[in-house]
Amino acid sequence: MADIATFDAQAVTADVAEGIEKIQNASTLEELKALKSRYAGADSAMTKASKAIGGLPKDQKKDAGKLMGKLRADFGRAFGAKEAEVKQAAEKARLVAETVDMTQPVRRHPLGARHPLPKLLEDVEDFFVSMGWQIADGPEVETEWYDFDALNFGPDHPARQMQDTFYVKGNQAKDAAGFVGSNMVMRTQTSSDQVRALLTRGVPLYIASPGRVFRTDELDATHTPVFHQCEALAVDKHLTMANLKGVLDKLAVAMFGPEAKTRLRPSYFPFTEPSAELDLWFPDKKGGAGWLEWGGCGMVNPNVLKSAGIDPDVYTGFAFGVGMERTLLLRHDINDMHDLVEGDVRFSEQFVMGE
Amino acid sequence: MPMIDIDWLKDHVEVPEGLTYEQLAKDLVRVGLEEEEIHQSQVTGPIVVGYVVDATPEPQKNGKTINWCHVDVGDEYNDVDENGNKVPRGIVCGAPNMAAGEKVVVTLPGAVLPGDFRIEPRKTYGHISDGMCASERELGLGDSHNGIILLREYGFSKEEYEALKPGDDAMELLHMNNPVLEINITPDRGYAFSYRGVAREYHHSTGAKYIDPVIGLNEKAPAEPKGIDGQTEHDMDVLIEDNNPIHGVVGCDRYYGRIVRGFNPAAPTPNWMRRRLIRAGMRSISLAVDVTNYVMLDLGQPLHAYDLNKIEGPVVVRRANEGEELTTLDEKNHKLSPEDLLITDSPNGEHGSRILGLAGVMGGLYGEVTSETTDLFIEAAHFDQVSIARSARRHKTPSEASRRFERGVDTQLQPAAVEKAVELLTRYGAGEGSRTPVDVNNTKRPADIRFKVSEVARVAGLDTDTNTISDILTDIGCNVGGGGNGEFSVAPPTWRPDLTEPCDLVEEVARLVGYDEIPVTVPAVPVTGVTGLTLEQQRQRWIANTLAQYGLVETLSYPFVGDADYKAFAIDAEAIKPVSVEIANPLAGDRPFLRRSLLPTLARTVQRNIRRGLMDVSLYEIGHVFLWDPEAPAIPALPGGVKPTDEQLAALDAGLPEQPQHVAAILTGKAENSGWLGETRDVDWSDAVEAVMRVSDRLGAKLQLKQPAAEDVPATWHPGRFAEVVLPDGTKVGTVGEFHPHVNEALGFPEHSAAFELNLSALLPALNDKPVQARPISTFPPVRQDLAFTVPAEVTAQQLSDAIRAAAGDSLESIELFDVFTGDQVGEGAKSLAFAVTFRSPDKTLESSDSEAIRKAIVEKAAELGAQLRA
Repeated sequence: MADIATFDAQAVTADVAEGIEKIQNASTLEELKALKSRYAGADSAMTKASKAIGGLPKDQKKDAGKLMGKLRADFGRAFGAKEAEVKQAAEKARLVAETVDMTQPVRRHPLGARHPLPKLLEDVEDFFVSMGWQIADGPEVETEWYDFDALNFGPDHPARQMQDTFYVKGNQAKDAAGFVGSNMVMRTQTSSDQVRALLTRGVPLYIASPGRVFRTDELDATHTPVFHQCEALAVDKHLTMANLKGVLDKLAVAMFGPEAKTRLRPSYFPFTEPSAELDLWFPDKKGGAGWLEWGGCGMVNPNVLKSAGIDPDVYTGFAFGVGMERTLLLRHDINDMHDLVEGDVRFSEQFVMGE
Repeated sequence: MPMIDIDWLKDHVEVPEGLTYEQLAKDLVRVGLEEEEIHQSQVTGPIVVGYVVDATPEPQKNGKTINWCHVDVGDEYNDVDENGNKVPRGIVCGAPNMAAGEKVVVTLPGAVLPGDFRIEPRKTYGHISDGMCASERELGLGDSHNGIILLREYGFSKEEYEALKPGDDAMELLHMNNPVLEINITPDRGYAFSYRGVAREYHHSTGAKYIDPVIGLNEKAPAEPKGIDGQTEHDMDVLIEDNNPIHGVVGCDRYYGRIVRGFNPAAPTPNWMRRRLIRAGMRSISLAVDVTNYVMLDLGQPLHAYDLNKIEGPVVVRRANEGEELTTLDEKNHKLSPEDLLITDSPNGEHGSRILGLAGVMGGLYGEVTSETTDLFIEAAHFDQVSIARSARRHKTPSEASRRFERGVDTQLQPAAVEKAVELLTRYGAGEGSRTPVDVNNTKRPADIRFKVSEVARVAGLDTDTNTISDILTDIGCNVGGGGNGEFSVAPPTWRPDLTEPCDLVEEVARLVGYDEIPVTVPAVPVTGVTGLTLEQQRQRWIANTLAQYGLVETLSYPFVGDADYKAFAIDAEAIKPVSVEIANPLAGDRPFLRRSLLPTLARTVQRNIRRGLMDVSLYEIGHVFLWDPEAPAIPALPGGVKPTDEQLAALDAGLPEQPQHVAAILTGKAENSGWLGETRDVDWSDAVEAVMRVSDRLGAKLQLKQPAAEDVPATWHPGRFAEVVLPDGTKVGTVGEFHPHVNEALGFPEHSAAFELNLSALLPALNDKPVQARPISTFPPVRQDLAFTVPAEVTAQQLSDAIRAAAGDSLESIELFDVFTGDQVGEGAKSLAFAVTFRSPDKTLESSDSEAIRKAIVEKAAELGAQLRA
C-alpha cells in the first residue's frame, strides 16, 4: 500500500470482512489480540482508510464516513462477541482444571479439647449460680481443724481414722491427742470449705464448692486417690431437710435428665445430723433404671455452726457432697476410672469442648 | 464389718419364714445399716454325710499310708453293682484320722469347693476314688487340715449324731449353702456391732417383735454380794487406779468379773456355735475362747477369759509406766505409753506389777486360757472410748474388742454378758459359775436431753405429732418424760452413747418415720452480695477454653512427684525437697512430694500418651502447686464446736503452705497436622509463646516476655530459648520456652518440645476489673509504611517495637514484625528487624508531611538503641 493513503472502499470493506471472519475462527485471547491489532490497529486498512477520508472530495466524505462507522461497528461487535465467548470458555476450562475432591480430609490445626471433668465442675457451678448461689473454694492442703475438728470430727473420733487420709509430714506441731505431726492433711472432702465459707462470708450463706480431694486409695477401675467432689452448703433461718431434698432433686435433673430423682437413706457423718446417704435414680443405668450411690448429705450439725460462731438455735443448714467422677462415669458410660485420670488425649478428644 | 446370719438373728427378733438375704439387706438399709456385700456360698454340692463301712490301710512306696475305704453315702448317691444293688462308694483317703465306723463329710463328683476345686472321679494309688472325704479347710470352714471332718467330734449332741444318716445334705447340716450378709456400721452405732443391736434395728425397720436378751440375762446375773459390815466376799479384788485419765475421763468405769470352776478344757464347741462363729468370719479355737467371742458377737460386750490359777489378785487397772513393754497375743511386742490403759495382776503381793493385757484392745501372752485351764476368771469391763481408740491407733492393733469399745459399749451390759458366757460354759463345758462376782461400777446414767418437739419440724421438715415422736423415742430405748409444754425430757438408753443432743433425736425420729416422708421444697435464695461467677472464676474458664481452641488437650494429673521427676527436669533435688510439701504416708514411696510446678506431672501425662503411640501430643492442665515454707509457724490444734479467735484463725492459715493455681502446657511434635496437605513444621518455642499471648490477649493482660541472659536460665530450659512472662509492671507471673535438649531427651520428647506455665493466682488478681473503656473508631484513611532496621544483635524485638510505639504516639494504629534476618547483608553482631507500621489520625487525613515527621521521630528514637534504618 502506498504511503499516501487513498480511500478504497472496496478494499477496506474486504479487509474488515476478512478480519471478522478470522475473529470468528479465533479461539484464544492472544489470537484475538493479534487480530485486533492487525485489522483495527494503527497500521490496519481500517485505520488508514479512516485517515484517508480527510483527503476525499467533500461530497464523498459523508458516505465514506458512514461506511467506516459501519465497518468499525461490525468489527467491534464481532470482536466483542468473540472475546466474551473465548473468555467464558477460558474461565470454564480454568474452573474445570481447578476442580478438587472436596471430601479429602482437611484439619490443618489440631482441634484441642477440654477434659470432661473440669467441664462438669463448670456445669455444676452453673446449676448453682442459676439458683442464686455463690461458688467458693478452699486449699487442697488443709489444716486438720478445717478438715476434721471444725466439722465435729474430734481428734479421737473413730470416723477420723476411717477417712484414709494423706497426712502432711512435719514435726512442728502436736495434735490434740498429743501425736506429733504437721496438723495438716490433704483435704479428704470438700466439706473442709464449709467452715471457711461460714467464717469469711457469714450467714445467710448459699455456696457450692467444687474441688479436688484426696484419699489413700490405690487407683483401680472404681477408685482414684485424687478425685473431685462438689460440696453444697446452705445456712439460713428456716431451712429444713425438705429444702435439702428439693435442691438434690433439681441437681439430679440438671445432671441426668428430667426423669432423675434422689432418695435419702439414714447414715452418719460427724458434720451432719440427721445424716443421709444420697442415692440417685438413674434412668439410663446399664441393665435397667435403678438406684445408685451418689453422695452424702444431711442437716448441718450444730457443732459445725458453733465452730463458725453461728447460733444453731437461730440458724439451720443443710449440706451435701457428690462425687464428680462418679457423676461422669454414670453420665457418659465410662467403665474404668483409669480413663478419667490417665490423661490419654483420645479420651478427652471425644468430649471436644467438654460436652 | 459384721456378718449377719438370719439363723442367728432369729434368736432375738421374729423373722418371717423364707426371709431372703436380699430382703434383709433392704430392711436394714432403710434404717441406716448399709449392705456391704451378700457373700454367696463358695461351695456347690452334692456334699453329703457318709458312713465309713470299711477302711483298709495300704502303705505306699512314698512312705505314706492311704486308706482304701467304702463309704455309704445313701441310696441316692451310692454305687450300683453288676446286679443292680446299691453299694458303698470306693474312696481313697490319706487322712490319718480315717477309720471305719466314722460319720464323715463326702464331696461327690460334681461338687465344687472354694478355689474352684472340682470333684471328679479320679484314679489314684491304684483305685478309682469316687469322691473325697473333706477336711475343714477344703470346705472353707476353718484352718484345720490335720484330718478329715469326723462329725462325731463336731459338737453334736448324742441324739443329733445318731440321727445323721448317710446321704443327708451336709451343706445344710454345716450351713455351707447359706449366704451371709455383711453390713457397714457407721461410727455412731457401736451397738449394731452385735446381733442384739441389729435385731433391734430390724425391729425398727419392719415392726417385727423384738425381745432385748439383756433384760432377762441381767435379771439372772448375780450382783456383787454386799456384806453386813460393808465388807464384800467376791471372786477377785479389783482396783481401778487411773493416774493419767484422758480429758479427765477415768479409763475404766466398770469392771465386772466372775469365776467359773471345774470347766472341762477338752469339751468341744457345739456344732451350732462353731458354725455361727465360722459364718461370722471367726475361727473356732476352743470352747472357752469360742464362748467369749460368741457372746461378744451376740451381745456386743467384749469379754476376756483368764486362767484363774495363773493370776493373783488384786487385779489392777492402771496406766502404763514409761518404759514398760507388753507382748500381745499376736506375739507382737509393744513399747507402752503412759496413756495406755492396762489390766495387771499382783504376783507375790507386788501390786499391779504384772501386765495381763492392753485393756480393751488385746490380751498379753501371760494369763491366757490354755488347753489345761479348768478354772476361769471372766472379765467384762467398760472402757473410755478415747483411751481405747488411742491405744489401738498407737499400737496399730485394731481388734474386735477395740472396734466395739471405741464406738461405745453399753454400760449396763456387763453382768448379762458374763451370765450368758457362764451359761454356755456350764452347759457345754461342765463349769460352774460363782454367784459372787466382783463389780466395780462407777458408770453414770447418760444425761437427759431436753427436747423440744418442734425441733423435728424445724430441722427435718417433718410434721410428726407429739405422740408418734414419744413412741419412736421410747421404742429405741429412751425414757421419755414431760411433754406438757412441748418439751420432753429424754433419757437415752445406755447402749446409745451417740444420743447427746436434740439433733440426734431428730435423726432418730426422721429415720424411723422414714426420710421418704419428708416433703421436697426448693429453697428461695435471698439475693445478697455478688451473684453469679466472679470475674476470676469466669477468666479461668476463658483460659481453659482459649487453650483448647488453640489446639491443646486438657488433662489432669496427680500432684505427687519424686526423685525421678527432679532428675528428668534437671532440678536440684536437695534444693527443692526442703521447700516441698511431703506426704507422711504416700501411696508411692518414690513420689512423696507435692509438685511446685505443674510441668513434671504434666510431662508424665505426655509421656504416657507418647508411649501409647500417639504423636503430636500437646497438653495443658490447670491445677494447684504447693510451696512449703520451712519457716512457717506450727499450726495449732484447736477444738471443734468453738469459734476460734481471730488470732487463732490467722495462725491456722499462717502455717499452711501457699497453694497457687497454675496453668501449664507442654507442646510436642508437629505444630499443625500433616498429611496429604504436606509436611508441616515442628513445634518450637514460638508455639508456646503464641499460646501465652493468646491467653494474654483473651484476658487483656498485656503480658510481656523478659529474656534473661543464658547463664541465668534454669537448667530445665534451653538457655537461649527461655523467657519469663511478666505483667506490664514487671511482676513475674510465668515462664515460657523450649525445654533444654537434655530434658527433652530424658523425657523422651521430640527435640524443641516447648512449654509454658503461668501462675493464675498472681495473674488474675492483677487484671483490671473495670469494664473496657472503648476508643473511638477513626474513619480517616491509614498510612502504611515498612521500616527495616539494622540493630545490634542483643537488642530485642520488644525493645525496638517499644521505641517505635513511643515515638509514633497516638497516631500509631498497629505495628507488626514481618521480617527478621541475620547474615552477610547486615554483618557480624547485628540483625535486621523489619516492621510494618500503620498510622491513622483520629481527626484528620494524614498528609505526607505528617507521616514524614512521625517517621523521622521513629528513626531518631530507634537510633538510641543503635538501630539504623536500612535503605
